[in-house]
Order: sequence, then C-alpha cells, then structure tokens
Amino acid sequence: MTDSYALKLYVAGRTPKAVRAFANLRRICDEHLEGRYSIEVIDLVENPHLGRGDQILALPTLVRKLPTPIKKIIGDLSNTERVLVGLELRPRRPSM
Amino acid sequence: MANQKLARSELQKAPTGISGLDDITNGGLPQGRPTLVSGGPGSGKTLLGVSFLVNGAQQYAEPGVLMTFEENAAELAQDVRSLGYDLDALVAQKKLIVDYIHVDRSEIEETGEYDLEGLFVRLDHAINEIGAKRVMLDTIETLFGGLQDTGVLRAELRRLFRWMRDRGITAVITAERGEKMFTRQGLEEYITDAVIALDHRVHDQISTRRIRVVKYRGSTHGTNEYPFLIDRDGITVLPVTSLLLEHEAPNERVSSGLPALDDMLGGKGYYRASTVLLSGTAGTGKTTLAAHFVEAACARGEKCLYFLFEESPQQLMRNMRAAGIDLQRWYEKGLLKFHADRPNRHGLETHLLEMHHAVELQDPDVVVIDPITNLMAVGTQTDVRAMLTRVIDYLKLRGVTALFTSLATTAQSLEATEAMISSLMDSWVLVAITEEERKRNRWLYVLKSRGMPHSNDVRAFEIGDRGVQIHPLGKRKKRKTR
Repeated sequence: MTDSYALKLYVAGRTPKAVRAFANLRRICDEHLEGRYSIEVIDLVENPHLGRGDQILALPTLVRKLPTPIKKIIGDLSNTERVLVGLELRPRRPSM
Repeated sequence: MANQKLARSELQKAPTGISGLDDITNGGLPQGRPTLVSGGPGSGKTLLGVSFLVNGAQQYAEPGVLMTFEENAAELAQDVRSLGYDLDALVAQKKLIVDYIHVDRSEIEETGEYDLEGLFVRLDHAINEIGAKRVMLDTIETLFGGLQDTGVLRAELRRLFRWMRDRGITAVITAERGEKMFTRQGLEEYITDAVIALDHRVHDQISTRRIRVVKYRGSTHGTNEYPFLIDRDGITVLPVTSLLLEHEAPNERVSSGLPALDDMLGGKGYYRASTVLLSGTAGTGKTTLAAHFVEAACARGEKCLYFLFEESPQQLMRNMRAAGIDLQRWYEKGLLKFHADRPNRHGLETHLLEMHHAVELQDPDVVVIDPITNLMAVGTQTDVRAMLTRVIDYLKLRGVTALFTSLATTAQSLEATEAMISSLMDSWVLVAITEEERKRNRWLYVLKSRGMPHSNDVRAFEIGDRGVQIHPLGKRKKRKTR
C-alpha cells in the first residue's frame, strides 16, 4: 500500500455542497490515506476553462488522477462507503 | 387585447438560414428562447442544429456554442464536413466553440448531493469567450443514461433552459423521439416555446424525410409536414406554399419542333421558360412529340437535358431513329444529355435533388421529363405535387423550357393526373387514339396554352419514318360534315 493518491476536487464557489464535500474528503483521506494523498481544489468560478480537461459536468466532482486509471466521484461525498468504493479502497459489493 | 396582439406580432426571430425552414416559421426560431428539435436516429436533427449555428455565425453575425453529449468534436466535424460545413475554420475564427461532454455511468460513482453547475460554468464560459448568441445542446437527454439521480437532472435541465432564456440565448435542443412523447424524457414539458419534429419514414422501401413545426408560441407557422432533403449544401425544406411566383416571363417563343403544332399555338410555339404537358394513353406518340421538341432545340444550338424514367437513352435513340428523328448526333455533339433513372430507386427527395444537380451541372435551355407519371407512383399526391412545384419553380427561375410527358392508363387516371399537375403547366397538349374503320387514328389538340390564342382544332396525325406528320386541317372534317 505505497500508492500515493493525487486527488482533485472540482467546485464552483464556496457553496454549502462544496464545503461539505471538502470536509468529507479530508476526513476520509485522514482516516484511510494518511500521509499519502494530496488534494487540489479547483474552483471553476475562478478558472472556468479547467472544467474541460476532466470533463466536468456535475459538481462537486472528485477526480482521482493517481493511481491510474482516473476515477470520478460526484456529489458531496457524504456517503463514505461509496467514496471508498469509488477510490477503490474498498471492493465493490457484489450487486444482487 | 390590442397591446397583446401587437407584442405577439413583434416576436423576434432568429433566422436559421435553412432554405425553406425560415419560410414555414415566418422568419426563423424564437429569438432568445430554446427550441426543441425531436426526431429518431438519423432524422437529421443534429444537422439541423449545426446548420442553425453555422449559418448564424457566417450569415447573421451570431456566434454559437455547440455542446455535444453524443459524439466527440472530431467525429462531429467530420460528419458535417461532407455537407459543406467547416467547423474547424469557424472555431479558428472564434465564431464557434465546440465542447464535448461525455458521461459514462460506469465511470462515475455518485456519493451524495450534486448539481450540474459544471455544465453551467462551461456553457457560460464558452458563451462569454466569443459573445455567443446561439447554443445547441446535442443530445442532452443522453445525460439520463449517465446519471442516476433523475430528480436532480430534471430540476437542473429546467434551470438550464430558464437560465438560457434569461441570458437571451437562442437555443436548439435536440432529443430522441419517444414512443408517446416528442422526447424520451418528456423535455417538451420544459421547452414550450417551439417544437420541431423530424421524421425519416420508409414507405414501400423508399425513404422520405419530413419536418413539421409542432408548436410555435406567439407566432404563426406552417402546420403541414414538409418534405426536406439533406445534400452537400445542407438542409433544404420544400415548403410549397412559400414558393414565390416571381420568375421572369419571357415573350420569346420556342418551336415545338412541328410547324403545324406551332401554328396551333398562336403560330409561334411555346413560350420560353414555360412548362408543357404532353399527355395521353400508351402508344399515342408522346415521346416522339417530345423528340421533335428536342431535335428543334438542338438544331437551334441549345442544350437539352432529357430525364428518362422508363427506358434507357440507347433505347430511346434507337426508337426515335426508326421514326426518322436522329437524336444520336446531338448526343454525340454534347448538346443532348440524358439522365436515366428508375423511379423507385430513390424517394422523391433524392429524385428532386438529383434533378437539381443535373440541371445545375448541364445548364440546359430545354428539359424533358419522360414520363412524369412514373415519378408520381413514388410518393403521395401531395408530395409529388410539392416536388413538381419545386422543380418547375427552379426551372422557370433558370429560364428553362420544360416539357413533361404524362402517361394515362385509363380515362379516369388521365383526369386524376391532370387535376394534380395541370395547374402547374402553362401549355397542355393532349394526344389520343381512336379506332374507326378498322384503323387506329391518332389525334392531338391543345387543351390550354396560357398567354396566347391557341387553336381549338382536334388534328389528326401519323407517325411514320419521318416522325410526326400532322394532317392538314380539314382533311378529315370534309369527309364528315362539310
């Protein structure tokens, strides 16, 4: 488990959803990825052109740039279980 | 009430630049509002939207943003290039921005509340970058396949359309036609200003494209279904009612190829740039009469384009040679060109298109369509009439004299044909056969000929090895009453 995680969080301004998403992300990372993650927050209100590269549509969107492959997680990250599945820190539960 | 009426009549339109569509919408799409364009796969909705953007950028100084949720930008640019649109050039000139949003449900994990602000930000950014006045969303409904929370999606789309309205953006939103609704997701609930439905129907294995303005709030519009075609010049809608009768009416006359028939037509033959209908039952000599007309035109040094829907050029030239008319020499000289096709090989739209292109290419003085009746079997009466009107209008504008032969199988079908197209014809010559004294006699007479005094005589004629010989007047009548 030496992979380091490069994460980008896309938001548009300091909306309640954005604030919640950032807080949730910090908590999850501290619990599961301590010392081996970086978070870059990108505010599309300030840099709208940055939305194109990662195909941003919904906000907030968390993009796992590393390790590859790229993963996208949308929403305020309040469902910890699904965030962990999305980051591949936990296996996807077999669907019934 | 009066004020309201005034406000309505002042509804601003954004012209699409699509030939015919601006006629049936009385000027274009509602300016500053979204228009829904719905249709099945391959119905031409993307092309309609792209035409709207490209024409806006090129002709009306209204830059546009194309947001595609379907194909990637490179594929799209390639698809529309075959239709004469160079999206890359417009992008380079900052008249167009193409943005591609791809959503794949398998790549996205949904973990709580979200909205589509990312879409708004990108659209806003693109609009501001080039001062866009027009936007196309193609096809935003695919988002329903990519995102699970349809409640959020619906609310956000509703917000998006309102947002575009508030910004005064004229938008085209394309959608797949649903089973019972105009769109799969019921987008027509949110876009209430204008709805256009496209259709690509196959009837008797022949396809025809149609367009209909289903709804247009605050504006009058043509409510019929109109056939349209897609060719290398983009979309052309054929709105019969909007055709203007503006062509020149030359006083010059052209010979029918037969001095005796010219005599019957006020002594000088047909008007140049007029339409002539030659109708009769099978074997009456319509094609031979047409060949005389062609022969005379080529002998004057004029170019003739002959559309054949029944026989091959070789067959026609052989048969006419037997009747003493040598069309081969004009064919070899290049004055006479043929365009032979099976009527049921294409739908009407394609026939019309090919006829347009052939006329454009050959630039003829004279055109023969033999027989027009075969083409009529391809579509419904309304369609054929619409197409004929279009063809005739085009030929008249170019100053082409057009002769149509019409085959009638029975007296009834003769009348039916005539009711359908006779009003489009300036001159109408009827040929008939009667049997008496164990001999088949051919007759011809001029039923009408606009703008000239014409003969009311029924003249007998024969077809021998020198073509059509019209008998001198009175030869038969003497034997009878006089």
